[in-house]
Amino acid sequence: MASTEQTKISLPADQYWDMIIEPQRRLFDLRLGELWKYRDLVMLFVRRDFVAVYKQTILGPIWYLIQPLLTTITFTVIFGNIAKLPTDGLPQFLFYMSGTVVWAYFADCLNKTSNTFVQNAGLFGKVYFPRLAVPVSILISNLIAFAIQFGFFILFVLYFAARGTALQPDWTWIAFSPVLLLMMAGLGLGLGIIVSSLTTKYRDLRFLVTFGVSLLMYATPVIYPVSSIPENFQWIILANPMTPIVEAFRYAFLGAGTVNPGHLLYSFSFMIVVVFLGSLIFNRVEQTFMDTV
Amino acid sequence: MTNTAISVENLSKSYRLGQIGTGTFAHDLNVWWARIRGKPNPMLRIGEADHGNRDGEEIWALRDINFTVKQGEVLGIIGKNGAGKSTLLKILSRVTAPTSGKIKIKGRIASLLEVGTGFHPEMTGRENVYLNGAIMGMTRKEIDGNFDEIIDFSGVDQFIDTPVKRYSSGMYVRLAFAVAAHMNPEILVVDEVLAVGDAEFQQKCLGKMGEVAKEGRTVLFVSHNMGAIQSLCQNSLLIDEGLIVGTGKSEVIVTQYLGLISLESRTIFRTSNKDDHLWLEQIELKRNGVEPASIIQTGDHLTIHLVIKLSKPFTRLYVGVDLLDEWERLIFAFHSKEAGLIIYQEIYPELNVEIDIPQLFLLPGQFHFRVVVADRDGQLVEDVPRAVSFDIVPRDYSTHGYTFNNKHGQLFIPFRIKMTSGKNVWANEVEI
Repeated sequence: MASTEQTKISLPADQYWDMIIEPQRRLFDLRLGELWKYRDLVMLFVRRDFVAVYKQTILGPIWYLIQPLLTTITFTVIFGNIAKLPTDGLPQFLFYMSGTVVWAYFADCLNKTSNTFVQNAGLFGKVYFPRLAVPVSILISNLIAFAIQFGFFILFVLYFAARGTALQPDWTWIAFSPVLLLMMAGLGLGLGIIVSSLTTKYRDLRFLVTFGVSLLMYATPVIYPVSSIPENFQWIILANPMTPIVEAFRYAFLGAGTVNPGHLLYSFSFMIVVVFLGSLIFNRVEQTFMDTV
Repeated sequence: MTNTAISVENLSKSYRLGQIGTGTFAHDLNVWWARIRGKPNPMLRIGEADHGNRDGEEIWALRDINFTVKQGEVLGIIGKNGAGKSTLLKILSRVTAPTSGKIKIKGRIASLLEVGTGFHPEMTGRENVYLNGAIMGMTRKEIDGNFDEIIDFSGVDQFIDTPVKRYSSGMYVRLAFAVAAHMNPEILVVDEVLAVGDAEFQQKCLGKMGEVAKEGRTVLFVSHNMGAIQSLCQNSLLIDEGLIVGTGKSEVIVTQYLGLISLESRTIFRTSNKDDHLWLEQIELKRNGVEPASIIQTGDHLTIHLVIKLSKPFTRLYVGVDLLDEWERLIFAFHSKEAGLIIYQEIYPELNVEIDIPQLFLLPGQFHFRVVVADRDGQLVEDVPRAVSFDIVPRDYSTHGYTFNNKHGQLFIPFRIKMTSGKNVWANEVEI
């Protein structure tokens, strides 16, 4: 065996090396630069997600439209016509569709990113690439799905407007909507990677998430407006960071809802904390999770 | 002056037992709650305590490893299963992080831990080439530049726009390897990929590895195929129980390794199943009539000893020992019947078989023997598919250091060669 002392002396300085593998990385070293180098991979993952989901289905991408449509119709029938929940004076169909489409983006991001480690264990175990590429690609492919569904929603808005329904889209808020989208993406990503990091140890969390997300929808103003909640209970609904986002979206495009910059600021800070925590945990788990999965 | 490509410094890796958790959150909470109250771990199976509490006990897969690899060096890494080879490669390819120590790397590193990583069955060959390439760190542009070469090398150009789920496993592997082989990394890590694909393709792979090495790139090659190690790597590293126990010229290290394993792999012992009336109890290979061995040089004298136990008398037993290569192709069947041995007497309680091969003309590679015993009706009464395996290592035939190896086929055939040009005559005899 070569003696350690000799090797050390003859070795060049650190800057000679292209890469140094060490036990622990710094806490927040997310290496986004490296992720950027792998941007082609992210886009290929996005493509894979699309191809894989709708291969060998008859309707293919039309499913992107059927899902929100059927949900909206169901909600209109059950919550609108049978339960007769108020809708801030908006047409029921538009009210539910706006909620469903926006909620679906968040829910899908969270559900799918929360499976990152467990679902890709085989791949992660064989080759290195920035692990963040997987959740980021999920955000992007969901964004494309969201764009399709949202476009579909806008068609309905135009249709209702053409038939004389009074809608007051708020252009300032529409201009602000990309920020809302970013907040949702951040929340979905942050919570998702926290869960996915924890599922490497605790598989229960996966069930908790699928089921928790569908319950959380009822704590979000998807099927009812915030205004229909008695004043002294509103804080419960508003504690949910998704509430202000859904309401703001609805206000932007349909002109009815409870929007308060303070609430949005709360959601935004919540998102920042979640993303921060998520990166921290993800970064730690990423390096050694192969030993536990 | 040659530069260092990889420097491994005081590298250790431990796996902790018991720290992985019980798998569900509820159970872990339970364990944690019990620990707070000072109660014993409720998830511990009864009786486990007798073996000592292994919670937190560490298993060291690698212990303070130090070595350097020069640029352009082809280094073989050998060791028994579980010696720590795979852990080393996993750390090198950044799949998992080390516990302590560091590795410094100059240049891009690509690993062939397993080819075809990330292939998606629904996507076409073309799409998978891009996806697979990107997973291994290539950009779209680099793949574009190499695309034609990749397709050429894989030989699946006709099916490149077919989803890979329709591929045969051979095509699949070929395409996957083609991508990996064209990554052009400065450092290539290869682990056991040679175990897949057909023989022709394997030759191609070995050729490609040699080519990569000749271009001055660094290769780390992990294999159990001692023939391949010897023909491809100048130097080797022997790992045992997480420690480097030898570095140096491949011939020396291979011999050291075979010394390590010869005690373990030369014989197999079996006890009978209750309804077996006959079983192979022992098989042993002897090189040059004496030493038990699992390393054999081309042309060596090989003896196979079998001990067969019988719980009732048999007449007319036929014993066959099949010689197969690592792809399960039959090379020769040493059968007692065809050798003219038909025994009419009763055999009981033991049958000893000795097959003596004065010169075994096999070229380097991995081979194994299968043992079958048939009764008078031709029914198989015993079948041990991999009774014993061994490696053939090369022998030098010329004074120039050239040798015949697994690139030249499987069988060695002694021959004379003569070349004349005008008055000049060159001749040689290749014999053992």
